Amino acid sequence: MYAYIIRRILATIPVMAVVAVFVFLLLYLTPGDPAVVIAGDYARPEDIERIREQLGLNRPLYVQFFTWAGNVLSGDLGISIFSNLPVSKLIGQRLEPTLALAICTTIFAIVVAVPLGVLAAWKAHTWVDRVVMIFAVLGFSVPVFVIGYVLMWAFSLSLGWFPVQGYKPLSAGIGPFLSSIALPTLALGLVYVALIARMTRASVMEVLTEDYIRTARAKGVANRTLLMRHALKNASVPIVTIIGVGVALLIGGVVVTESVFNIPGLGRLTIDAVLRRDYPIIQGVILIFSGIYVLVNLLIDLSYTVLDPRIRY
Amino acid sequence: MRLLSTLAKGIGIAAVAAAMLGSASAEKVLRIVPHADLKNVDPIWTTAYITRNHGYMVYDTLFAKDKEGNVQPQMVREYSTSEDGLTWTFTLRDGLKWHDGTPVTSADCIASIQRWGKRDGSGQKLMDFTASMEAVNDKTFKLILKEPYGLVLDSLGKISSNVPFMMRKKDAETDAFTQVTDIVGSGPFKFVADEWVPGSKVVYVKNEDYVPRDEPASGAAGGKVVKVDRVEWVYIPDPATTMNALANGEVDLWETPSPDMLPLMRENPNIVIDVIDPLGTQGWLRMNHLYPPFDNPRVRQAVDMAVNQETYLQAIVGDPSLYKTCKAYLICGTQFASEDGGEPYLNGDIAGAKKILEEEGVMGHKVVLMQPTDIPLLNNASLVTAQVLRDIGFDVDMQAMDWSTLTSRRAEKKPVAEGGWNVFHTYSTGADVQSPIRNIGISGGGVERAWFGWPTDAKMEQLRDDFARSTDLAQQKEIAHAIQLEAFKNTPYVNYGQWYQPMAWRKGLKGVLVSPVPFFWNIELPQ
Repeated sequence: MYAYIIRRILATIPVMAVVAVFVFLLLYLTPGDPAVVIAGDYARPEDIERIREQLGLNRPLYVQFFTWAGNVLSGDLGISIFSNLPVSKLIGQRLEPTLALAICTTIFAIVVAVPLGVLAAWKAHTWVDRVVMIFAVLGFSVPVFVIGYVLMWAFSLSLGWFPVQGYKPLSAGIGPFLSSIALPTLALGLVYVALIARMTRASVMEVLTEDYIRTARAKGVANRTLLMRHALKNASVPIVTIIGVGVALLIGGVVVTESVFNIPGLGRLTIDAVLRRDYPIIQGVILIFSGIYVLVNLLIDLSYTVLDPRIRY
Repeated sequence: MRLLSTLAKGIGIAAVAAAMLGSASAEKVLRIVPHADLKNVDPIWTTAYITRNHGYMVYDTLFAKDKEGNVQPQMVREYSTSEDGLTWTFTLRDGLKWHDGTPVTSADCIASIQRWGKRDGSGQKLMDFTASMEAVNDKTFKLILKEPYGLVLDSLGKISSNVPFMMRKKDAETDAFTQVTDIVGSGPFKFVADEWVPGSKVVYVKNEDYVPRDEPASGAAGGKVVKVDRVEWVYIPDPATTMNALANGEVDLWETPSPDMLPLMRENPNIVIDVIDPLGTQGWLRMNHLYPPFDNPRVRQAVDMAVNQETYLQAIVGDPSLYKTCKAYLICGTQFASEDGGEPYLNGDIAGAKKILEEEGVMGHKVVLMQPTDIPLLNNASLVTAQVLRDIGFDVDMQAMDWSTLTSRRAEKKPVAEGGWNVFHTYSTGADVQSPIRNIGISGGGVERAWFGWPTDAKMEQLRDDFARSTDLAQQKEIAHAIQLEAFKNTPYVNYGQWYQPMAWRKGLKGVLVSPVPFFWNIELPQ
């Protein structure tokens, strides 16, 4: 097991290296020049060239790459071309809101979706199942920003329960934190509730047709025990897999929610950086994202051994 | 449901209580939503308007323009000119201090003017005419010209980017192409670097040591009296969210409300909407003068004939109370403006334009139009132009891209087939367009000196030079009129209309100043 974990962690290094090379090349081959943006409308060509020289943008691509890679290996993600602030500081400022939103959304989605999915499977082909599935289809179909504005109208402008926008860190207190994160979590979470509920329903329904469930029923096992101990546990591997995929998607998919609710997270940092070609920020954020993605996948793989003792690494 | 409601209320009350505790300690906090995110903090290093606005918070200027557009002394107490017009002497006001407590000196000002003179167009021109600058003592310095120059005060009192902000000598000695890292000014607010979160929030606190002028605030001039303890710029990228935040009282002022949101906001009795920039903004349809078909002035004139400003303004602004058609290159409503020479143009004359294209043999010519899809205003203008160009007989190739890509590509002087371009759109604020010197669009300096698109017009350059040398207002007006006529002859750009950006704020907020630039001194929060 430990050897497997170490192997997996070591395996992340080439993955991240490939991501780094790919991202670097993609960025530098994309049209757009930060020096032109910086120089402004009045700049003369020699001014733009001077800025390019100062930023090191006129050096050969491989030199730029190895300089950047060397700095990254020594823990230095570089300096933002525009704000002149360290990329690590900018990411540090944005990490908490994004992680908070992703974690709260995941918890909310699991707490709501798994019981709904089990219920739908248990009451398959009844009105309960149909209601749950209609809800799931709606969750998939309605864009996050629409849900966001509706929630904002209902709970902020009409009822006055929550603020319209902004993020309060945990250090500001649990009340302000929850208040600021509640609506974004709800807006973003509905998609994942739909996704996990559908997967739970399908997985539990399949397990419910197994022989050992029929045997348990014949032996008079109570419904709750049957569902929770026998059906859900055995159906959990695909559910956990989809939760893992969902978490990874969440990290990258919070951009819209962050924009609608004005949460200063990594998603918005990335979009702003892409629009201005602030290369060091884009590279830094993508490395962080890929690291998180690899870590989440590792945790999911490890959870299989707990959920299904037959799985061994 | 009841449980949910109680829980939500509990969280909400706790949040409100925390906010109240916070506001009690910070007292008067003015929260505004700026038009853009503050990405960099050196207003000489960049021309970005958001950094210019930040500059006005932190730094001060020697001269400033009042709301009528007249240049008034700001940091300067008194100034004089020698009889030959070559030596200008400036004396600073008493009590001027940097935010670190040290006094503002002549040496600081000289270094600041020199750095600004390396980056700004007006500054470069002023430096071309300047023989030397020297400190007489700590508070007095001289600017000695090589020959009389009519725009000394106009340049030093320039209201828009790059504004000649005064910095400490050690900061001003930073290379003009490298950002200043220590933001220490002598202006009415202090920048709180530790609380700056790019992409989210910028914080300023009142500079208690600032000594405002005695005159009432007017435009960028007069007494900069700060009536709040703290100003927070809260950047909210989504217009609908910003509108809701303003309606909910979470922010006090929205600098540039989106036109789509105005009808809804007008229905809210707690929101005031007003235009504070009397000069407005002018749209530019820029053609590449280096390559066919727009290397031919008659073809450019044909496009100018085919454009109907009303169509563009409907597409980009919508509300007729916020725009007007105007044929003045130097923007309507300013002292040098004139619509003369524009009679055949901007009337939507498609038939007339087609005839010219046929005569010039460019009917069906391919035209590459760069379309910046991430800027709605320019995207809409591009769509209108595409239709106009098709209507008159061009084969339009619209190439969608983001603004960053466009700004790089517009600098390409290569032929279209090798990655060049034919047409793009932009706009410029009245504060920049109104002066023949600062209006970079009309420059005819050709491939070496003109702005992207590179028009060549020796007569225009001569007229601009004459304007700069003239020290007589009546003569300057005559030259400006000649510039207007020359512009319609050579069509450096097509002016697709003039519009006015409103500002929105909470009812009860007082003291918002009329100016092309938003200022946050003089503003009082609602009781």
